[in-house]
Amino acid sequence: MDILFQQIVNGLVQGSVYALVALGYTMVYGILGLINFAHGEVVMVGAMVALTVLQILLAAALSSVLAVLCSLMVAVAACMALGYGIERVAYRPLRNAPRLAPLITAIGVSIVLQNLAMMIWGREYHAFPMPFSNGLHELGGAIITDVQIAIVLIALLMMAGLMLLIHRSRFGRSMRAVAENPSAAALMGVDINRVISATFMLGSALAAVAGFMVSANYGIVHYYMGFMLGLKAFTAAVLGGIGNLRGAMLGGVVLGLIESLGAGYIGDLSGGFFGSNYQDVFAFFVLIAVLVFRPSGLLGERVAERA
Amino acid sequence: MKPQLPLLEVNDLKVSYGGIHALKGIDLHIAPGELVALIGSNGAGKTTTLKALAGLLHCTAGKMHYDGSPLHHVPSHQRVSAGLALVPEGRGIFARLSVAENLQMGAYTRSDDGQISADLERMYALFPRLAERRAQLAGTLSGGEQQMVAIARALMSHPQLLMLDEPSMGLAPMMVAKIFETIREVSAQGVSILLVEQNAKLALEAAQRGYVLESGAITLSGEASELLGSDAVQRAYLGA
Ligand SMILES: Nc1ncnc2c1ncn2[C@@H]1O[C@H](COP(=O)(O)OP(=O)(O)OP(=O)(O)O)[C@@H](O)[C@H]1O
Ligand SMILES: [Mg+2]
Repeated sequence: MDILFQQIVNGLVQGSVYALVALGYTMVYGILGLINFAHGEVVMVGAMVALTVLQILLAAALSSVLAVLCSLMVAVAACMALGYGIERVAYRPLRNAPRLAPLITAIGVSIVLQNLAMMIWGREYHAFPMPFSNGLHELGGAIITDVQIAIVLIALLMMAGLMLLIHRSRFGRSMRAVAENPSAAALMGVDINRVISATFMLGSALAAVAGFMVSANYGIVHYYMGFMLGLKAFTAAVLGGIGNLRGAMLGGVVLGLIESLGAGYIGDLSGGFFGSNYQDVFAFFVLIAVLVFRPSGLLGERVAERA
Repeated sequence: MKPQLPLLEVNDLKVSYGGIHALKGIDLHIAPGELVALIGSNGAGKTTTLKALAGLLHCTAGKMHYDGSPLHHVPSHQRVSAGLALVPEGRGIFARLSVAENLQMGAYTRSDDGQISADLERMYALFPRLAERRAQLAGTLSGGEQQMVAIARALMSHPQLLMLDEPSMGLAPMMVAKIFETIREVSAQGVSILLVEQNAKLALEAAQRGYVLESGAITLSGEASELLGSDAVQRAYLGA
């Protein structure tokens, strides 16, 4: 029975990453009503930038802790700039265009970023150097690594910080106001464009951290890594109720658990017909099931507007 | 009669929605501390006028001057810090923010935190109903309470010119009386007010001057009492 506990641990780790990425989808959707399909590529760029900085700093024999922190910070900064740029270039000019137009530019941006990354970092898989020995711990029969513990803790901290920012700060209040009624927010003196830019940058910062996390956890990065991760995080956001921040976090963790438990037991359940390589299928079954049976997601509510 | 420089001056303002000319060149002015009513029937262009003044709509032609400086190219969010506030038609409150948060949004452009808290308490004193419900989501309030939130929120920006778009719409007579009492109080404190109303009698009774808007053009203007007594207004808006 100890595989159960192991799969739960794995699911929580993966789910924490999904949650961070899903928050980016859901924040942008909440404020613009738009699915930023390029968001998965932002995660990839975060990972790639971190890789390069880490390689350079480690080659320069900087202390490991400093190297890791610096590379994370550079990745976060790069992704924030990227998120800002994506909104300015691909979405802002289409703010009043039909819904389909920004969706298509989103896919365009995604393809451009993938190809740029391929040109810069090549097609091959890169080993992501972690300059620490990754200690193993036993937890009720399951094995968990230092990196995994760090992933869960950092994700929790970041999510708590984000909730505080959004629900307790002046900036967060203006973000919620713009999401609900942009013209009324403008009447309060809110510069809507600035809030929208900040939202993209915030989501991209979370994406950069998530990119660093998956890279450190699996030890491998690749120019294509953002695609599947982005789709799954999008699924998590839909599962939780797109536009709902708590939903994105819950959806991420639930999807992580479904996937890892599914992968752990699919062999037994199908009498060996399917293997754990079918893991990715679960996310999309979940997506289809949610869209069919509960399109508003786990926590999404239909808020009836009062006149 | 008005030696003072106007706080707001509008000349030949035109606005169109695609091919529809909603405002065909209107002139109006408001002196500091004045309460001016803008009346007219449905579709006359009253909301369009206020939206253009607040910067939510693009004007095709004309001039707007506020406090002596041109207003045309000032984006809407900067007009708030200049002293303009609009209580929009349909209130435009933030339903998923609490009452207190709605009022804090009103003070968004201000940074004097101490004074903001004092103003919050002033609003709760003005509208005790809101004080009891400060932690409640604004979307769960009654229509009248929401209108109080919308007015209090606009006052939180310390406006020099407060524009109200049909504040009495959909409210019970008691509530309308309360809202108009507040408008008079605010006016007495020296805030200039541009009041749009379908209820022409109420608006003209409260105002010092008035304008009558018909199909995008101003057809009558003058002292509120004169307008109230005029045959044209009596016939068209007061059902006499
Ligand atoms: N977004 C829009 N697109 C096209 N036409 C519009 C738009 N908004 C207003 N109009 C038109 O402009 C004219 C003036 O509208 P406006 O809302 O200013 O009227 P109003 O005087 O406020 O009327 P009411 O008393 O019903 O609120 C109307 O003919 C209306 O149909
Ligand atoms: Mg109107």
